[in-house]
Amino acid sequence: MRPNERQPLVAIHGLSKYYVRGDQVIPVLLDLDLDVFEGEYVALMGPSGSGKSTLLNLIAGIDKPSAGEIRVGGVDIASLSDSDLALWRSMHVGFIFQFYNLMPVLTAFGNVELPLQLTGLSRAERRERVETALELVGLTDRATHLPNELSGGQQQRVAIARALITDPTLIVADEPTGDLDRVTAQEILGLLARLNDELGKTIIMVTHDPKAAEKARRLIHLEKGVLVG
Amino acid sequence: MAIPLGYIARNVLARRLTTALTAGGMALVVYVFASVLMLAAGLRQTLVSTGQDDNVVVIRRGSQTEVQSGIDRSQAGIIESLPDIAVAADGRRLISKEPVVLISLPKRSTGKPANVVIRGITTAGLDLRPQVRLVEGRMFRPGTSEVIVGRSIATGFSGTDLDETLRFASRDWIIVGVFDAGHTGFDSEIWGDAEQMLQAFRRTAFSSVIFKLADPGRFDAVKATLETDPRLTLEVKREKQFYAEQSEALSRFISTLGTGISIIFSIGAVIGAAITMYASVASRTGEIGTLRALGFSRRAILLAFLVEALLLGLIGGIAGLAGASAMQALTISTTNFQTFAEIAFSFTLTPGIVAASLAFALTMGFIGGFLPALRAARMKIVDALRAA
Repeated sequence: MRPNERQPLVAIHGLSKYYVRGDQVIPVLLDLDLDVFEGEYVALMGPSGSGKSTLLNLIAGIDKPSAGEIRVGGVDIASLSDSDLALWRSMHVGFIFQFYNLMPVLTAFGNVELPLQLTGLSRAERRERVETALELVGLTDRATHLPNELSGGQQQRVAIARALITDPTLIVADEPTGDLDRVTAQEILGLLARLNDELGKTIIMVTHDPKAAEKARRLIHLEKGVLVG
Repeated sequence: MAIPLGYIARNVLARRLTTALTAGGMALVVYVFASVLMLAAGLRQTLVSTGQDDNVVVIRRGSQTEVQSGIDRSQAGIIESLPDIAVAADGRRLISKEPVVLISLPKRSTGKPANVVIRGITTAGLDLRPQVRLVEGRMFRPGTSEVIVGRSIATGFSGTDLDETLRFASRDWIIVGVFDAGHTGFDSEIWGDAEQMLQAFRRTAFSSVIFKLADPGRFDAVKATLETDPRLTLEVKREKQFYAEQSEALSRFISTLGTGISIIFSIGAVIGAAITMYASVASRTGEIGTLRALGFSRRAILLAFLVEALLLGLIGGIAGLAGASAMQALTISTTNFQTFAEIAFSFTLTPGIVAASLAFALTMGFIGGFLPALRAARMKIVDALRAA
């Protein structure tokens, strides 16, 4: 999908993030500018401690910047209150985690349905959507299984279905293949690429794995809190 | 938006052993709490149901009980002349002048002596207590040293079986019948002929006069007539109220003591619930972070853990109530220290006790769960996810 150059989906200006430990101020991101356009598939790479996960967390609205501005879909998310930010996340962000982060007591169906509990959809509407999402990730026959009855790859597929279910503006993935073997990792990366190609989803992915990064359309390198290359 | 109840309930059920132990601790507290309330309610119900709505009890002013009271024959005669007394189908006036005395009998369970009420009654006295029916033997014959015993006396005291002889007031009294008074206070009494009792105990005065009102609505007028009569120093009460007052001191003592003990026990149960809930929060830090990331608010997290703690309390409450309700099969006997007489009564579960016990259990869950729930709600998403 062709990026819209005039109106970036994610617009970051002068973004800084510091952590304060006692008297010490630890800088993580330094005066960073970045635009991500709708329909892009971006891989954030960099060594450990470079600030890539922090940047992803800030874009996803689960952490607040020390300075600067982050606009996603035109909304200055840094200025939102805690509860407004929670509501914004529920509507605009789909999360994929390294260790899947599924609720162990809920079935695959229940896990995928979870974000829909925050919408006003009826039970029947939720069911229809969950069934579609599970079909998309090829897990229709595993709907009633608990996470511990699924393989790592299947669990990550459930997590991807969960990330998609609310049709979010943005999907953020933090090392989505970090806990998977090579073959399964390729399957998951293939699935993410499909989401980007066929459904036009904007994806920002943090990864250490160059093979995973290859699948992305755009590569961004971070080192010591600044963008390089 | 709230976190689905199914997720919360499954988390409670997923930790079966911890849930069972925590809810078990609360169940024990609820069991004690409900049991003592049931005991007090049983005593109250036994004594309240002893009285009839349209019966009136007259005792000497200032005496709390029949044993302390004295009404001489001339005073009894004045009462008897009241036009408001109901008349039976055969023309008899429904009034009974009764001596009430305490004697000591050995209990079957311990062999230790306890006070038992001896009541002298007339034929009208039986008509005034329609709940009383003979279940063994026959009625005593007026003018003889025959007695009938209440069911609780027959089962609770030695030497009180049918055809056995009791010795008191320097006479031998043969037991000719056993009566059932429908789980009322009369079940714990021995009845004989009123005039024989007066003679045997060398009494010249009755203890109380009981009569049935022809028109129950005339109670206030009758009370005013008797209490303002300068020849009388008497107190007039509805029979139901009279017996209800007799249960007050003991039932209040049982309730206060039991509630006090339960509250002390509950501190332990609340600490148990708090430890369980803190452990639950600690083991699910990653889940909390994920839920928050997905868009569930801090309030939703707080509510979810509170509901989880309340569920623990509810399970404990229901289990404790189930155990306590089994106590209804038991009848216990103790001294009512208002009348100094032994009284038998059962544990009685009332809707009020069910509601109070469940509220108590839920309160324990709420107090135990609040701080852990607050800790869960206050977690930073990034920190919680890092702990996953």
